[in-house]
Amino acid sequence: MMRRQTVILAGFLGLLALGPVFLPEFYVTLLNYIGLYAIVALGLVLLTGVGGLTSFGQAAFVGLGAYTTAYLTTASDLPSWLAIFGASPWLALLVGLALTAVVALVLGALTLHLSGHYLPLGTIAWGISLYFLFGNIEQLGGHTGITGIPSLSVFGLEVKFGREFYYLIWALLMLAVWLTQNLLDSREGRAISALKGGSLMAEAMGVDTARSKTVIFLIAALFACLSGWLYAHLQRFVNPTPFGLHIGIEYLFMAVLGGAAHVWGALLGAGVITILKQWLQDLLPKLFGSSGNFEMIVFGLMMVLMLQRARDGLWPILVRLVASNDGNAQVAAVPQAEPMPKKPLPQPGTRLLEVKDVVKKFGGLVASNNMNLWVQTGEVLALIGPNGAGKSTMFNCISGVAPATSGEILFLGERVEKLNSREIARRGMSRTFQHVRLLPNMSVLENVAIGAHLRGSKGVVAALLHLERAEERRLMAEAARQIERVGLKEHMFDQAGSLALGQQRILEIARALAADPCLLLLDEPAAGLRYLEKQALAELLRRLRAEGMGILLVEHDVEFVMGLADRVVVMEFGEKIAEGLPEDVRQNPAVLEAYLGGVA
Amino acid sequence: MDLQIALLLGQDGITNGAIYALLALALVLIFAVTRVIYIPQGEFVAFGALTLASLQAGKTPGTLWLLLGAGIAIALIDGALALHAGALRRMPRILLWNLGYPLVVAAVVFFAKPAGLPMLAQILLSLALVVPLGPMIYRLAYQPLAEASVLVLLIVSVAVHLTLVGLGLLFFGAEGSRTPAFSDASFELGSIHVTGQTLWVLVSSVLLIVALYFFFDRTLYGKALRATAINRVGARLMGISTVMAGKLSFLLAALIGAFSGILIAPITTIYYDTGFLIGLKGFVGAIVGGLASYPIAAAGAILVGLLESYSSFWASAFKEVIVFTLIIPVLVWRSLTTHHVEEEE
Repeated sequence: MMRRQTVILAGFLGLLALGPVFLPEFYVTLLNYIGLYAIVALGLVLLTGVGGLTSFGQAAFVGLGAYTTAYLTTASDLPSWLAIFGASPWLALLVGLALTAVVALVLGALTLHLSGHYLPLGTIAWGISLYFLFGNIEQLGGHTGITGIPSLSVFGLEVKFGREFYYLIWALLMLAVWLTQNLLDSREGRAISALKGGSLMAEAMGVDTARSKTVIFLIAALFACLSGWLYAHLQRFVNPTPFGLHIGIEYLFMAVLGGAAHVWGALLGAGVITILKQWLQDLLPKLFGSSGNFEMIVFGLMMVLMLQRARDGLWPILVRLVASNDGNAQVAAVPQAEPMPKKPLPQPGTRLLEVKDVVKKFGGLVASNNMNLWVQTGEVLALIGPNGAGKSTMFNCISGVAPATSGEILFLGERVEKLNSREIARRGMSRTFQHVRLLPNMSVLENVAIGAHLRGSKGVVAALLHLERAEERRLMAEAARQIERVGLKEHMFDQAGSLALGQQRILEIARALAADPCLLLLDEPAAGLRYLEKQALAELLRRLRAEGMGILLVEHDVEFVMGLADRVVVMEFGEKIAEGLPEDVRQNPAVLEAYLGGVA
Repeated sequence: MDLQIALLLGQDGITNGAIYALLALALVLIFAVTRVIYIPQGEFVAFGALTLASLQAGKTPGTLWLLLGAGIAIALIDGALALHAGALRRMPRILLWNLGYPLVVAAVVFFAKPAGLPMLAQILLSLALVVPLGPMIYRLAYQPLAEASVLVLLIVSVAVHLTLVGLGLLFFGAEGSRTPAFSDASFELGSIHVTGQTLWVLVSSVLLIVALYFFFDRTLYGKALRATAINRVGARLMGISTVMAGKLSFLLAALIGAFSGILIAPITTIYYDTGFLIGLKGFVGAIVGGLASYPIAAAGAILVGLLESYSSFWASAFKEVIVFTLIIPVLVWRSLTTHHVEEEE
């Protein structure tokens, strides 16, 4: 499998290198544009396909790169401190990248925490604003633009003609592909992928989602800026037209059409759209007998059909056509490496968690009133109660999702009620979710590795350059160890989405364990499980308890709880109505009343 | 700026704002009922205005071909589905609405010589041509994706917008059109000059808004739409078809869009791509209302009209920059005040 991929990649690179030698000028030009567009689309793969943030405004960043270099390398009346940067297009590129970074950080700070559909609407808004700005600033030549942009030189060689540019464009594109692939195959890359699983899960695993979003937004903007810089020096003139919203939409279409979740999909999408556009711009005006951008009609229809029929784009279809049928599950070697350092386990009998007089109000509604509970090492505490009793509210207060209105929560003796879920995870409390939150398209191993996020420390730059391989191997080996610990070894390389619900719940526990916690919070782990699955789960939890883990279990299934828990806390209407050993609680009249509506 | 100019700009702003308000209402309606962020709404403004202009110029409006084409496509798809399901009883209805109706309209366009008809008849014919495109687009583009996420639906909207703009260019060419005013009357109100068309815009907008209010408050279909907007599953359990609700909301939106276009065609020159920016300004209004509140959306839209009008006086080149940059703080404010539910997707 691996060898075959290498052969295909080598063949592709070989053809690329030989291209300009054999191809006529027209095709070289076409390939140049495909390369330029693919650089932008690649950023969108990272942003939209992997990170789940949709942007229609990338063309504006392309414009920023193009206009910066155009202005700096042509203006004659620059102040001397700026004129230095106008001396060489390469210095102008640095200015362009810096300017783009600043603009992206400002726009990102404003728009990235927009929820759901507000973000793409925001990108449409600043996409239009920047476009009109380019066309209306006098120094940038208004709607006519800037002409006379100099050519480039690389190591003293002038890059002037299409064939020479070809090598520069495709070398930079391949560099961008390499960087992107490196990033995706890393701890930071998994954090970015986790964004799509919802920020609740990512934050609970210790991922700083705001930072991850900013990172991909910045990288996508910088790629776009690079493409714009190349474009300006290839064309030797710029005007606002190629940086408008409609081109921004086209970039997004390239990514979606090619397969927004795949790095090579960006190249495929850029290729298909560019060639199709060329062909349609030739054909349609003849067909309709008038001139205009009629290819829009076809692109629009094509996108609607794509989204209705093949939402994942062309790349996965292509891979399926090419890939041999000899077993789809890629079986790789189980990662081996020296174990990661572990936090020292608290002394047996230590109180891990202590909840004191916690009140949680939603407006006038008191969802949790003066709740008290504690969990120590090596025990399972079950929190039970009928629907709407306030169990989940309690759970959210403890895990930092929805902070308590008043009261104290102590974890290992430290006040944590004001901390966010990321900080709480860092202190050694790890959780699972009532509705399983996994990344279904990623392998079991990668999913579990997200849980180990906080145990690594190498950042984005190291990931882009793959300088973090040693740490990465240890993280993956750690994830593999946790998978073995919970007994999912034979599924390690399967897609998480292909597992049965019971196995997915176990997988969530493995992910929580990968964080090296001393307290596990499990939110209804037995919900929806079959009898045998419940037994396997109970077996696993007993084993973890024996190893000294503290476990807080929110559960509905009374039978499951009674056979497992050391102590039980019962809630109703936001208050604790009983606490004690399972058998005592079972006889408690208040509990019977709550569950059975009173004994007649 | 003296008082006279201020008043004049204000009048301009309110007139445009009224149109944006109508569009904002349509956008809120569609989003609430179907979760579609309806970028192509502006295209209906252009289609309405340009169809009327074509009819008046004695040309066959290109929207007729779109109506016929979309009708044939739906007849083929729904016909095939009905055949496959063995539900032949549905056939007459499918054929009547998707083939029969467009053919009748085509016959009127070809034989009634619309250029010589009174303006009211021309307007009605334009609406008859353009408005059915709304539910047809819903059927073809959105209905198969009714359960997809808001983001997928948004990308579909952008795609539909591109297709319609391209078709607009094909149908009506790159030149703009202006239609004659509904009436030549004009008034002096204090020191400012008010044209009859301005009054038409304001009065019809208010009437349309009142009519919508009664529709939603007093009629069964209006209540069905409201029920769907509040809870789709619940509405379906009560026997309200979400497909029907989707088509009906697209029909209303198309009516509002096309009629807005016809109202402003005598005031500004409409090009095939004018609708997009007009629609987006309606959007700014709709977003001010959080895509949920009709009155706040309408007020926001009028505010956009005023802002645009006054900024065109002070910095006319940067008019669009100002209006669209304004959305961002509004979006941020909206995003902070609406409680985001994590369960999406």
